[in-house]
Amino acid sequence: MNFFESFLFVGLPYLALGVFLIGSIWRYRGNGYKVSSLSSQFLEGKRLFWGSIPFHLGLIVVFLGHLLAFLIPAGVLAWNAHPLRLLILEITGYAFGLSFLVGLGQLFYRRITNPRIQAVTNEMDLIIELLLLVQVILGLCVAIFYRWGSSWFASDLTPYLWSILLFRPDPEAVLAMPLLVQLHIINASLIILLIPFTRLMHLLVAPFHYLGRPYQRVIWNWDRKKVRNPKERWSPTRPRNN
Amino acid sequence: MDIRSQISMVFHLDKCIGCHTCSVACKNIWTDRKGAEYQWWNNVETKPGTGYPTKWEDQSIYKGGWEKKGDKIDLKGAGHRKSLTNIFHNPHLPQIDDYYEPFTYKYLDLIESGPSSDQPTARPVSLITGKPMNIKSGPNWDDDLSGSPDYARQDPNLEAVTPAEKEALFQLERMAMFYLPRICNHCLNPACVASCPSGAIYKRGEDGVVLINQDVCRGWRMCITACPYKKTYYNWNSGKSEKCILCFPRIESGLAPACMHSCVGRIRYLGVVLYDADRIHEAASAPDHELVDAHLNIILDPFDEEVIKAAKENGVADSTIRAAQLSPTYKFAKVWKMALPLHSEFRTMPMLFYVPPLLPVMASIKNVDQSAQKEKMNEKAKVWPDKWLYDTSTDELFGTIHQARFPMKYMAEMFSVGDENKVEEVMKKLMAVRIHRRQVTVGDISEEKAAETLAEAGLTAEEAEEIYYLTSLAKFDDRFVIPAAHREQAMELMEFAGDKKGDTGFGFKDGTAKRGL
Ligand code: HEM
Ligand code: SF4
Ligand code: SF4
Repeated sequence: MNFFESFLFVGLPYLALGVFLIGSIWRYRGNGYKVSSLSSQFLEGKRLFWGSIPFHLGLIVVFLGHLLAFLIPAGVLAWNAHPLRLLILEITGYAFGLSFLVGLGQLFYRRITNPRIQAVTNEMDLIIELLLLVQVILGLCVAIFYRWGSSWFASDLTPYLWSILLFRPDPEAVLAMPLLVQLHIINASLIILLIPFTRLMHLLVAPFHYLGRPYQRVIWNWDRKKVRNPKERWSPTRPRNN
Repeated sequence: MDIRSQISMVFHLDKCIGCHTCSVACKNIWTDRKGAEYQWWNNVETKPGTGYPTKWEDQSIYKGGWEKKGDKIDLKGAGHRKSLTNIFHNPHLPQIDDYYEPFTYKYLDLIESGPSSDQPTARPVSLITGKPMNIKSGPNWDDDLSGSPDYARQDPNLEAVTPAEKEALFQLERMAMFYLPRICNHCLNPACVASCPSGAIYKRGEDGVVLINQDVCRGWRMCITACPYKKTYYNWNSGKSEKCILCFPRIESGLAPACMHSCVGRIRYLGVVLYDADRIHEAASAPDHELVDAHLNIILDPFDEEVIKAAKENGVADSTIRAAQLSPTYKFAKVWKMALPLHSEFRTMPMLFYVPPLLPVMASIKNVDQSAQKEKMNEKAKVWPDKWLYDTSTDELFGTIHQARFPMKYMAEMFSVGDENKVEEVMKKLMAVRIHRRQVTVGDISEEKAAETLAEAGLTAEEAEEIYYLTSLAKFDDRFVIPAAHREQAMELMEFAGDKKGDTGFGFKDGTAKRGL
């Protein structure tokens, strides 16, 4: 393992994770105003529909697939033990990967051709969409050329990812992988690294808490029942919905 | 009983002259920024007309507001399920072209273009793309276009009006219009708040102003769909939603909001009302025909001992209770029952009430014999062979209400969920006050007749005088009763002074930890 390799498969992932963690917290706390989905639907809606929905749907399913193989590799391997089930898993994954690609292609095309969308596009939007495009194309190629990814990912790459996460980096398995897979891994690091500097920040603030919230929201500046009682201390938190 | 105070508003439509001063005052203070050029937190529409954004009242297009499902209500185009499933693409989001594409002119071309055989022109350019464009619509594009097929006839409120009435409304000689100024209604059951997945929109407990926390808004753009009045706007540049803030920095220091302060027709009133927050849900879920009453019923009498006691227990300040007692909006909406909410059927319980317009002046057309007059004229004089007179004396009293140029049904669609009687009652009051004042000042109506009209409208002479005063003579302090005592706490509505206590000295707003940096 030369220096270059150890940088790409050990240094870079740590750098990416470090920048991602510190950067996201810094951006969220330092300038919450800048965290937004930056929706452009108000300026153009039709093409967005054919882009955003297949893109996000495909992306999220593919991401969950990776996550599953990372968290319960044994389970994935057991599932794949049966060829039919392996085929079902691979085909499903591939279909959502394609939907990711098609959607992102639409979005990218829309970003560079629609004059109104151009007005709200910056360099980082283009860079990150290009990186995502490269990533999904690499992923789809890997899936075709090196079968069966869902199995060898669970058995070979999951240990590598865990080794990084547990601070016992062991890139041996990756070094033995074909170039396409290596590129896929490097590019993934780059994407994670760039999250705090791009619109991808929005995935960190996905509003699931909405489901547990009553519809109405009233915020008081002081607790109106206590405000007239001189013995009550000021409370620094603002009462809500009381 | 959970008594809270709410800043409410009344717009007296008879007095609006459609000058748009309010809109411009607001624009100059708040929305003169990139991404907000198209936003008119205050706008004035011509009715009948399609409004801004186009046909906003038609919820089969925009899916705004609440919808009754059995005993319950839920948001129509957003809500717990839809706000999440539609998050990647919101199928009910209005587009910029539903408002208009903001533009400016290249004025410098007039000055800087070189010599040529043609006049230089200032071409319109889009404020979004910066490219030349053809202007297809703009703010108040349908201003004063009553009767026009593209605008007036497309008014969603005309759907309930019979075809004959509709035709009559658009006959050239009978054509009429009025103005409808609109701002955010600072609703009691705001759909915008309910739809926001991030929880960025909230109602301020102390005065009921509905605000969007710009630091928390993540641009999921659900409030744009949910507000049936289309009074939250998406800033396409910052990726955040924005809305009318009722000039809260002004209100906090006892000043009227800019639109109200600048209103040329002095049509606007602002004051506090006390209401029972426990009954909001029940009122918002009332059946259609009871909605207006349910809405007005949760506003309570600020002179009632019980109410005052409960309000005090809830921490409502004495000055606020006093303001509620002096409130012009309480008088118009509750005491005189002359102000009605706009489109109660959206069930957001708006806190902006409208006195519907009686104008154009009601009159009857009388047949007269003009031959004697004609005899006196020079032969060359142009004489119209008309045999009628536009008679504004009031022999028939209320008879003219039914011959009003605006079908009662049209008004009812806007102001009383289709109940013509409700609007008619208000019209009668407006008419009765006029007749009463005409008797006092002109004297061509007998005292008995005037008293009879007042009685029929359910008013006393004293009340009529009070209405007349508040309508026509009211001074600034009568129209805007804003509890002033909170001045010392004004800053605290923005941030909590206790947080800073013992933390920073004069001149610093950063905490001690940050000062060393
Ligand atoms: C559950 C989490 C997520 C939610 C709720 C979400 C939501 C959104 C929304 C609302 C938009 C704006 C669409 C519009 O223009 O109206 C958007 C755009 C976008 N999202 Fe996500 N997203 C999520 C996860 C992700 C992830 C994981 C990625 C990539 C790693 C991603 C990448 C993007 C990109 C690149 C755009 C820009 C599309 C364009 O306009 O060109 N999103 N997302
Ligand atoms: S008018 Fe619209 S924006 Fe204003 S409070 Fe009501 S629902 Fe919200
Ligand atoms: S300033 Fe007053 S009178 Fe003029 S348009 Fe606005 S509301 Fe009407």
